[in-house]
Amino acid sequence: MFDGFDAITLARLQFTFTMSFHIVFPAFSIGLASYLAVLEALWLWTGREVFINLFNYWLKIFAVAFGMGVVSGIVMSYQFGTNWSVFSDKTGPIIGPLMAYEVLTAFFLEAGFLGVMLFGLDRVGHKLHFLATLMVAIGTLISAFWILSANSWMQTPAGFAMNPAGQFVAADWWKVVFNPSFPYRLVHMVLAAYLTTAFVVGGVGAWHLLRDTRLEGARVMFSMAMWMAALVAPIQIFAGDQHGLNTLEHQPVKVMAMEGHFQSHPNGAPLILFGIPDQDEAKVKYAIEIPKASSLILKHSLDAPLKGLDTVPRENWPKVGIVFWSFRIMVGLGFLMLGIGLLSLWARWRGTLYQSKLLHRFALAMGPAGFIAVLAGWVTTEAGRQPFTVYGLLRTVDSASPLAAPAVASSLIAFIVVYFIVFGMGVFYIMRLMHQPPHHGEQGPRDDAPARAAGITPAAALASRGHR
Amino acid sequence: MPFDIATLWAFIIAFAVFMYIVMDGFDLGLGMLFPMFPKKEDRDVMMNTVAPVWDGNETWLVLGGGGLMAAFPLAYAILMPAIYTPIIAMLIGLIFRGVAFEFRWRTQSERNRWDIAFAGGSLIAAMAQGIALGAILQGVHVEGRHYAGGWWDWLTPFSILTGFAVVAGYGLLGATWLVMKTTGELRTQAYRLSLWLLIATLVAIIAVSLATPFLQADYWRRWFEWPNILFTAPIPIAVAAVALLLLKSIADKQDYRPFVLSLVLFGLSYAGLGVSMYPYIVPQSVTIWQAAAPANSLNFMIFGVAVLVPIILCYTAWAYWVFRGKVHADSGGYHS
Repeated sequence: MFDGFDAITLARLQFTFTMSFHIVFPAFSIGLASYLAVLEALWLWTGREVFINLFNYWLKIFAVAFGMGVVSGIVMSYQFGTNWSVFSDKTGPIIGPLMAYEVLTAFFLEAGFLGVMLFGLDRVGHKLHFLATLMVAIGTLISAFWILSANSWMQTPAGFAMNPAGQFVAADWWKVVFNPSFPYRLVHMVLAAYLTTAFVVGGVGAWHLLRDTRLEGARVMFSMAMWMAALVAPIQIFAGDQHGLNTLEHQPVKVMAMEGHFQSHPNGAPLILFGIPDQDEAKVKYAIEIPKASSLILKHSLDAPLKGLDTVPRENWPKVGIVFWSFRIMVGLGFLMLGIGLLSLWARWRGTLYQSKLLHRFALAMGPAGFIAVLAGWVTTEAGRQPFTVYGLLRTVDSASPLAAPAVASSLIAFIVVYFIVFGMGVFYIMRLMHQPPHHGEQGPRDDAPARAAGITPAAALASRGHR
Repeated sequence: MPFDIATLWAFIIAFAVFMYIVMDGFDLGLGMLFPMFPKKEDRDVMMNTVAPVWDGNETWLVLGGGGLMAAFPLAYAILMPAIYTPIIAMLIGLIFRGVAFEFRWRTQSERNRWDIAFAGGSLIAAMAQGIALGAILQGVHVEGRHYAGGWWDWLTPFSILTGFAVVAGYGLLGATWLVMKTTGELRTQAYRLSLWLLIATLVAIIAVSLATPFLQADYWRRWFEWPNILFTAPIPIAVAAVALLLLKSIADKQDYRPFVLSLVLFGLSYAGLGVSMYPYIVPQSVTIWQAAAPANSLNFMIFGVAVLVPIILCYTAWAYWVFRGKVHADSGGYHS
């Protein structure tokens, strides 16, 4: 199956595969944890039953998604050592402490309070339970802080020196953690996680509204999700633009690939909307372009010169086709998100938010949009960093473990098989949970498991439910 | 023994790994015992005893691995490729085991399959961890800053032996945990299993202890040469004493003591491993000082460890306290 692939190509495939699966779970659980905290706060504040119903409804989905995020994340943390051991040796003194802080400040916090959040509502009282929910939500955000710091350092390394053993060592931890692209990347990613969750919640709300527009739970979640889309999508587009300008400053080659600029444009660069980048011939075929628009966006001037890939040695080019297209997918979905947000404002003003079938169908179709946009954005930034693991300093080919290709090939096949079985089933169970509308007296994660509930929640909860 | 920041970090990583071994040890052990409890109600109770805490237990594994990369990057870079296959097997075992906690309750028709995934995943993870331990103890082939052995070097009779030893030990932790957390017939069965698993664990400890000194001359000198034997002899003597107490506590049908004594037994065996390995982190090739990250990395993290680990231990203890007491299938709540 993998004849002709060398160990490093296989290791890259494995990283791409396992990371693509992993990233969607934290993207979802960062947003969902905050949403759960908001729902519980609204319940404690207003006492309205609909909020606790929605809380318990989404808590079950959170539990399944979080579990998948945890196990796929453990794979990621060990993959640095198994497949990228030279990278680990060289960058360990910098990347290692950042990830160690992620474990100490975030993973333990999430894991420690997760049990209470899932099973403890009747055990510790409402306020302590809300504290647990809040800790889990804060934990997911702290986790994003550290992992994006580590990732950003690989993109825009700063504050380091080299030691005689050839390792990167910190000269200034402040500059390492708050490296030049980190603030942009963190904001862009956290907003992406919030939008991802909003579109899932909105899609589920729309699905149930299409069947019954009177469902209170569906109305509340649809309305909340549409507010998120209307308010956050424009902020995200602005944040993405700022991030792009930061990338132009620190990783200009990545922007050349995103824009498809093989050639330099001394008198203003066109914006290539679509086309087929041809790496070998170094041009974008069948390009549809707007003259001077790229210069306007990137330099805020029509005639500003922009350098192209022709100013960079070929061995430092990323794969232009991948970066070019993934970037367009992300941006396109971003504008669709803005579109649905504006549409929902219009419908709200007209008073047809819960009646408009067209809006509901649109929202349903956009349900997975966040996941696709996150994946596309991740591909843009990571493929755009190639052929380096530490941008400009450490090549990917010099980062891999001294492994034989069959070892990496077998583990890759094993991960592919296991991931499709395990996460395929997990997504199926999540979809089945989403297919049920949130109902009156919605129970927490264990409503279909009386014996377990008997162990964890008090007898009163059991008595009202009975064995099934 | 010189005491410096690298030594301190060796103790910190050793502590994280020990926390992982005993905490995930009992929930992996419990998973492996699933086939001995065919009744659905029993399995529900078993899973309920660990469901609220397993995720925190497993986080120590991430700290152990991540901490190793941070504090001893060279050791991490050499050891991970050396034990590549057991690590991949462990990860896949942990995937199946971890998702089973949630998936099992989301389906009626496929519950049995997730029970098998839970038990099988636990067994594979435990066996792989034991094999990895043996592979590290027997030494790996290092050239320069790289692992230079083959990708089957980890597989030897010794590593298989340590694999079984860890399986037996985790089984013992799981069985005594069940004794502590359950009642009725489930508990009676757990007593029976505890006895057999204790015997298996002791046999394994003896076998591994006898085999280890013959792996490397250094191990032999460390344990048996005068005057070292004065300092090392208390460990096997303490193991024998704890084993007797443990046997008695199981025979007396005590509640908490079997689990606590099992933890002590693990602690002693772990200390024994430390005696064999110190000061190497890759046995006989790389010492903790050679592998240590630059001082400013170690210092940067020491602040976090000093402040955060005590806090982590506090809220972890709180979570265990919230879910304290026995778990039942037929009555609501816990009897505390």
